[in-house]
Order: sequence, then C-alpha cells, then structure tokens
Amino acid sequence: MAMQAPADEVLIGRIARGDRLAMQVLFARHHVRMYRFVLRLLRDEMAAEDVVSDVFLEVWRQASRFEGRSAVSTWLIAIARFKALSVLRRRREDELDEETAESIEEPSDDPHIAVEKLDKGEKLRRCLAALSPEHREIIDLVYYHEKSVEEVAKIVGIPQNTVKTRMFYARKKLGELCRSAGIDRGWP
Amino acid sequence: MTSDKTSNSSNNISDDQRQGFVSSSVAEDHGEGDAHESAPSEAEALLPWYVAGRLRRRDRARVEEALRSDPELARHVELVREELDETIRLNETLGAPSARAMDRLMEAIDAGNGRRKPSIVRVIIGFVGNSIAGLSPRTLAMAASLAAFAIAVEGAGLVGVLTKPAPGISDARHHGAFATIRFTRQANAAEITDFLQNYQATVVDGPRQGGIYRVRVAMTTLAKEELHRIVSRMQHERIVEFVAESESDD
Repeated sequence: MAMQAPADEVLIGRIARGDRLAMQVLFARHHVRMYRFVLRLLRDEMAAEDVVSDVFLEVWRQASRFEGRSAVSTWLIAIARFKALSVLRRRREDELDEETAESIEEPSDDPHIAVEKLDKGEKLRRCLAALSPEHREIIDLVYYHEKSVEEVAKIVGIPQNTVKTRMFYARKKLGELCRSAGIDRGWP
Repeated sequence: MTSDKTSNSSNNISDDQRQGFVSSSVAEDHGEGDAHESAPSEAEALLPWYVAGRLRRRDRARVEEALRSDPELARHVELVREELDETIRLNETLGAPSARAMDRLMEAIDAGNGRRKPSIVRVIIGFVGNSIAGLSPRTLAMAASLAAFAIAVEGAGLVGVLTKPAPGISDARHHGAFATIRFTRQANAAEITDFLQNYQATVVDGPRQGGIYRVRVAMTTLAKEELHRIVSRMQHERIVEFVAESESDD
C-alpha cells in the first residue's frame, strides 16, 4: 500500500472545516512528542496530559486562523510551551521549588545507587535532568525535537543569536554538572 | 480544561507566547552568559544544529570549514553527539499520554460542537497513538501513513471491514520490542544486513535526520531487562554508534 500521508497543513485546513478525523490524525501524529516536551517542563504526567488535550482543543478552535508562517509542529510546540508555562505560573513558588529539588535527585530508579556507580550515559542523563528549565527546554528543542535556530527562536520568542548563545551556555552548564558528577569531558 | 489566554496564539506564534519561565533559576542566562566570559565562535555556537542535521547549506559549509582548521572544535563534535544521544535516550523513556488525553479532547470538542458520532477511525487512531508511544520525532513519520490510511478507509466506506482488528494491527499494538539505532559511518550494507540477521531485527523506519533508524528487535513484548540486555549487546557491536531502548506502553 503506497499511500501519501496528508501534510500537517492539509490537516489544519480540514480541521478548520470541522473535520474530526483530521483532528484525530493530527493528534496521533504529534501528541507523543508534545507530551514529552511538556512533561519535561512540568514533571507531572496528569498535568502534561491536560496540556496536550488543551493544545489540540486550541487547534480545533483556531485552525482557521493558521497562516502557515511556521511549520505546524513548531506552532503546536509553541502553544504547548505557552500553556505549560501558564500551569507553572499557577503553581505556588515553594511547591515548584520543592518539586524541582526532588526531581533533580530522582532520575535513577534506585535512589540508593551511588552516583559513582552509574555509567557515563546515566550520569549524563542525570545532569541533563538537573539543568534549569530554560536550559532543559532548549536542549530538548534542538536535540530531541530537531528544531532549527529559526524555529527555536519562534517557539521561545527570543532572537536567533540568543538561541545560539543560550544553547551554548546550556551545554556549558551541562559540562559543569558533568564535571561535578565525576565526568571530565575536557570542556568547559 | 485549563483556560488561558491563547486565543490569539493560534495564528502562528503570538507575542503572548514570547515569554520566559516565571521562576527562572538561570541567572547566567539573563545576559546569555557571563559578561566576563568569551562568547562562542559562530561555528562553535552552531555545532548542535550541525550534528542534528538542522543547518542550512551555507552555515553547514562554514562549520565544516572551521572543523577542518580547528582540531579542538572537531573534538567538540563528539561531545555534542554524546549529548544528543543521551537527550534522545532520556526523552525515549518518558512514555506517552494515556487515552485520557484523547478522550478529554473529544469530550471538549463534543461539548462545544454537538454530539460526536462513534467512529472506528478513532479506535484506529487510538491504536496508532499508543503504538508509537516509544518513537522519537525522528521515527514518528510512519504513523502518519497509518493515520492517513484510517481516513481513507472511512472515506471509502470500508468501516465494516475493519470492525475486527486486523491481525497485523493487533500484533503491532501488543507484541513487539523496539530500539532506536544509528550505525557508524563506516558500516556497509552487508554488515548492517548481518547485524539485523544476527539479532533477528527488522528496520521499521528510517533513516531520519542524524541517520537514526527504528528497528524491531522482537515480535513479542519483552521484559524490560531482556530488552536492555539486547540493547547492551548491540551497544558493543563495532558498527553501532548509538542505540537506545524505545519504550513501549504495552
């Protein structure tokens, strides 16, 4: 069976005309990566699921206004990011700090495993998880969601040069965390 | 549903979305780096996108030119590749949203747009969504074909044909273990074929940007430890540069 998948932009056009099937296809295509992006920001599975639902509901309501100035996936992540930040804002500051502190210590399934016993990859993943939300976000957008400089700039709402420097300093911070965790990568 | 001010966010990306984290703990990021620190060179700043395969031709040429004359920068490529690989691994373990996300969405649509009629397509889409839970963005394209197929099926009035799940669909949903893999540049087709035969693995998608493939390593669901054991073995193969388990939601 050689069947061409409809482009995201085509689906958006159909959604704008009230096509539920197109809505479901778009959901199936994007909901996993969107969920992971939001979960990395919120660290709360239920809240991340709610955000995913809300983003697609927003798409259902606003599809006719999509002008295609950015890729649909970029648009979706930008909406998801906005909604995730709204959730974060609603959380009490102390609650957020507490969760962040806990999650930094949480990545290993077994909290009793000494850091020095972890392999390099596990240590690196722990350090990735311990990055600040801003650094985590840009690392994920580039490395996992494969967003270009221009797309990250649109999603986060910062100039392209700032995207580049933020990514650089995120990597640098990661290197520092790695060194603290006993991994000498020779940089920074 | 959470209600926030996003009505103007749908028309591409609005100013409302251009805001940062309210509880930023990243002091060094406000100026995007300490003023006393030297800024990265353009080539160094672009390395992550170079490795991710997301640079325009002109920028890629500039980075490659810099790499030829700067051994230290060339070493950084390996650091970036390592970061990219572990970021994929980290995200691949995050799973997927439950069916609740889709149900909640459809209920909200129904509430605002009349009664939703039951659809076999929804069942298929739900299956597709769950089946691709373990896929990274690099490997999700295949799901689009299945979803498109679902639309075409309903459009052609073939709903009745699919009221019973096809065996293949059932197998894909409940039986299978997957890994995400990138072979070394030196690996040739014969070696990759041998590798796949040795592990009785099948490429189900790829290559995506960055040379990433998705392979099925078993037709049945494997215990986490068993999948981990297979992936660990693969990791030591000469032709494998990167391999990670792809989480299943079975």
